[in-house]
Amino acid sequence: MIEFLNRLFGRQTSGATAKERLRLVLMSDHLSLAPEMIEAMKRDLVDVISRYVEVDREKIDVHFENQDNVLAMLANIPITGVNRNSGGPKPQTGQRAPRKRRKKSSSGQQSSGTPAPAT
Amino acid sequence: MHVLRQPFDDAQGEGSKEPQPDAASVKLGRAIVITSGKGGVGKTTTTANLGTALARRGRSVALVDADVGLRNLDIVMGLESRVKYHVLDVLEEKVSLDEALVRDKHSPTLHLLAAAQTREKEEVDTQKMLELIQTLRERFDYVLIDCPAGIERGFQNAVVGAEEAIVVCTPEVSAVRDVDRVVGLLGNRFSPQLVINRVRAQLVKKGKMLSVEDVNSILRLPLLGVIADEPEVIVSTNKGEPLALRTDSKTAAAYHAIAARVAGEDVPAPTVEYKESFMSKIGSLLGGRR
Repeated sequence: MIEFLNRLFGRQTSGATAKERLRLVLMSDHLSLAPEMIEAMKRDLVDVISRYVEVDREKIDVHFENQDNVLAMLANIPITGVNRNSGGPKPQTGQRAPRKRRKKSSSGQQSSGTPAPAT
Repeated sequence: MHVLRQPFDDAQGEGSKEPQPDAASVKLGRAIVITSGKGGVGKTTTTANLGTALARRGRSVALVDADVGLRNLDIVMGLESRVKYHVLDVLEEKVSLDEALVRDKHSPTLHLLAAAQTREKEEVDTQKMLELIQTLRERFDYVLIDCPAGIERGFQNAVVGAEEAIVVCTPEVSAVRDVDRVVGLLGNRFSPQLVINRVRAQLVKKGKMLSVEDVNSILRLPLLGVIADEPEVIVSTNKGEPLALRTDSKTAAAYHAIAARVAGEDVPAPTVEYKESFMSKIGSLLGGRR
């Protein structure tokens, strides 16, 4: 009942805050405990992007940040050239373009469950 | 719904122990580590009460305090004055296992192997600890290992001989996080079961505390038991008499329900009462138990 009233007036109980914080912190924990998963994701990400632009694979930076109750993935992928015929093999030439910042956020609903504990 | 793990039926007396295919004639008892990661969530209290409740069911139980350097289980059991030797004395073969095992005051089938208070966790030989637990399993139906806080050497030593794990958690962000980490460290060798301790039904009702459902929607472990945060738990620790000795307490009943589940009995799903009953209100008005 009290919880209902709180919801009615848009107040969040400290219990709900605790649950939200816990969900976020565990997502971060699981990500940091699965470096090989991050590496695999980085590779896949670059493979997709490379179909359209040339990127500097050595200088890719992917990390995660808590931003206002959302766990965000921030990927910094330096682009070295644009692939004109997308999908084809990329020549190793081309000028370094400005770094492009991509942001991808994972909403709470998307991953409300606990990922399998990484060992 | 979680299905509680029932490795084997324990209610049948003699034939209850786990058959060991490779050790033909020796029936080994069950070695269960009680762990949590975070300190102060109630591992020792849970170990003492589960051990007492299992002994009350007529099972032989050895309690092993693996918290070398910070020994507490003897205090909670009220056996501190009877402890002469400790687990390191046994591991270093200074005394025999029988000399070091302390018989419980109340339950003749319950024994305690105390930790060393003046030694360090790093002094424990992990391989020898494994052998000790194995030896205890040959002699007792249950070997309950009280794990120290942390995930370092002490944790490794407590876990090495166990084949099952009970993780104790309180409804707090930090405790749940640590349990999540410990469950990850335990890996696939264990199927950890969860005890949620110190639940305050009134606070949960007001939305000021994580509920049992909140905690386990995140941890997703088989729920072995829920223990309310009741003053009588503290009182029993003060006295050195595990609450599970009593028959007139709801919290004691919760510990007995845990023991029944561990023994493989199908008891109703654990809950905490959200409403203070009329009788318990009267009880607390009249003073009740201290």
